[in-house]
Amino acid sequence: MSDAPESLVQVRNLHKVFRRGSERIDVLQGVNLDLAQGEYLSLMGPSGSGKTTLLNLIGGLDTPSDGSVTVSGDRIDKMSGGKLSRWRSRHIGFVFQLYNLLPVLTAERNVDLPLLLSPLSRAQRKKHVATALAMVGLSDRAKHYPRQLSGGQEQRVGIARAIVTDPTLLLCDEPTGDLDRRSGDEILELLQALNKEHGKAIIMVTHDARAAERASRTLYLDKGMLVNEGVDA
Amino acid sequence: MRFFPLIWSSLFRRKVRTLFTLLSIVIAFVLFNYLSAVRVAFSMGVDVAGNDRLMLIHKVSFIQLLPESYQARILSVDGVKAVTHSTWFGGVYQDPRNFFGQFAVEPEGYLNMYPEFLLPDDAKERWYRNRTGAVVGRSLADRFDWTVGDRIPLQGTIWRTQNGDTWEFTIDGIYDGAEQGTDTSQFLFHYDYLAEANALGRGFVGWYMIQIDDPSRAVAIGDTIDERFANSPFETATSTEQAFVQAFASQIGDIGSMMTAIMGAVLFTILLVSANTMGQSVRERTSELAVLKTLGFTNRGVLSLVLVESLLMAVVGGSLGMGLSWLIIQQGDPTGGLLPAFFVPPRDLVIGAGLILFLGTASGVVPGVQAVRLRIVDALRRT
Repeated sequence: MSDAPESLVQVRNLHKVFRRGSERIDVLQGVNLDLAQGEYLSLMGPSGSGKTTLLNLIGGLDTPSDGSVTVSGDRIDKMSGGKLSRWRSRHIGFVFQLYNLLPVLTAERNVDLPLLLSPLSRAQRKKHVATALAMVGLSDRAKHYPRQLSGGQEQRVGIARAIVTDPTLLLCDEPTGDLDRRSGDEILELLQALNKEHGKAIIMVTHDARAAERASRTLYLDKGMLVNEGVDA
Repeated sequence: MRFFPLIWSSLFRRKVRTLFTLLSIVIAFVLFNYLSAVRVAFSMGVDVAGNDRLMLIHKVSFIQLLPESYQARILSVDGVKAVTHSTWFGGVYQDPRNFFGQFAVEPEGYLNMYPEFLLPDDAKERWYRNRTGAVVGRSLADRFDWTVGDRIPLQGTIWRTQNGDTWEFTIDGIYDGAEQGTDTSQFLFHYDYLAEANALGRGFVGWYMIQIDDPSRAVAIGDTIDERFANSPFETATSTEQAFVQAFASQIGDIGSMMTAIMGAVLFTILLVSANTMGQSVRERTSELAVLKTLGFTNRGVLSLVLVESLLMAVVGGSLGMGLSWLIIQQGDPTGGLLPAFFVPPRDLVIGAGLILFLGTASGVVPGVQAVRLRIVDALRRT
């Protein structure tokens, strides 16, 4: 592991401990990880290995028990509360397995959500939303509600929402886990395009080896530790 | 404003439930305003009673008569500016159910004592000259569709004519109230007519109204007057007009407390209903709120969203309720004119607005705090 200045993400000696009553569960045990600008990394491992926990810690959704997480030069393990929330809105785009769109909002309003926190005017926001929807190929579904979209289309809206603020890093938690093969492939192609054509750095948690192959690098987690590094794509 | 579509959409995510909750808030505030109007009707006059006027009645009871000769003796008390009297007539117009207050008064003295009764000058002159003339309040005239010049027969129940005939009056004028709470349901006629034509003879009146020069001395002046008539066959009890009207209203019962208790129960129930709805709404949206936090919404931002949503429901429902009740109350009192006034005073409208804000805030606080405490990773794990 190097501390190369071009590293977008630096994870050092990361520990996460959960307690269930008197039982102590070491979910992450001294994880070290670097992600370069524009890199596409997949994280694999069995259930309970700590993949999602690692993703949450890198995204500032949770705080580590020990160790450090630095993203874009910011020590996010030292941040909390409103500062961390604001940092997240500027730097991270999240893509969830179950899309997590708000069912009461249309596709364009869902994509607009992160921009509500920005100082952009309504017209500027509308332009950004249109661009994001165009990038995921859903310009013609802008006025549709999630219930009127297929699973693949919902995930595309989720990706549009993740990229609309032009974040530094995309964190994807099993983005194809709830999709059929064809829709899953479309989503993976989209992520690959975002990485190659728009230079987005991506960390993707997946169980699917075929999905992991799309990444430029694959890491394996087992019992809270990185066990070996995969081959570059 | 940029968050309004999000809040509005969240509010109507369960349309039927939200509509029923809104409906319950609407009904609560219709009741609030309507009961306020009823309370005002039963405490009629308390708020508008003059603080420079005293009421003098028989010490035993309001219905006991007092000597007419007291007028000059009261006027001689230091601090008294003017004295006039009034006598309850209690006649029946066509049917006993057509109840309204009829008073035998000294026309000029009475109108001088009550400047809040607005009567055109020509009507005043006509009434002063016409011994069988009467003036009536606007609401009473509207109730029976009376106009100036109409002949009004009243059957005496307390005061009979010497030959047993019906009392006949001519309407010389219709007075309006200077304030919204002024009683315009009265029928006023010449005391002289009553005194000369009744079978019992003259010499007695119902009660006295006394104007004083210094309201701060009201109690002292009242005591002086009562001392003057102490140990006589007609002992007196003098109080401020406001205290008198309040005591009179209380004879019916403590309507104000009853109305307040009912309104309190209704609003407390609606608070529970509304809080339950908001609580359910937030519980159903656990993952959505977690997503908002993930996207960068702060705890304060999420709390604001929940509180504004709750406030919006209360404001929409409360405003509709207040508006609807205003329309109902504008139709007039439900007894067809029996109540001397039927309106919601501005003070109660302000209280209503305050209750709307309280309802919105209180019902949103607990769900809002739940949303703040929500841990993103826990909430997302549950989806």
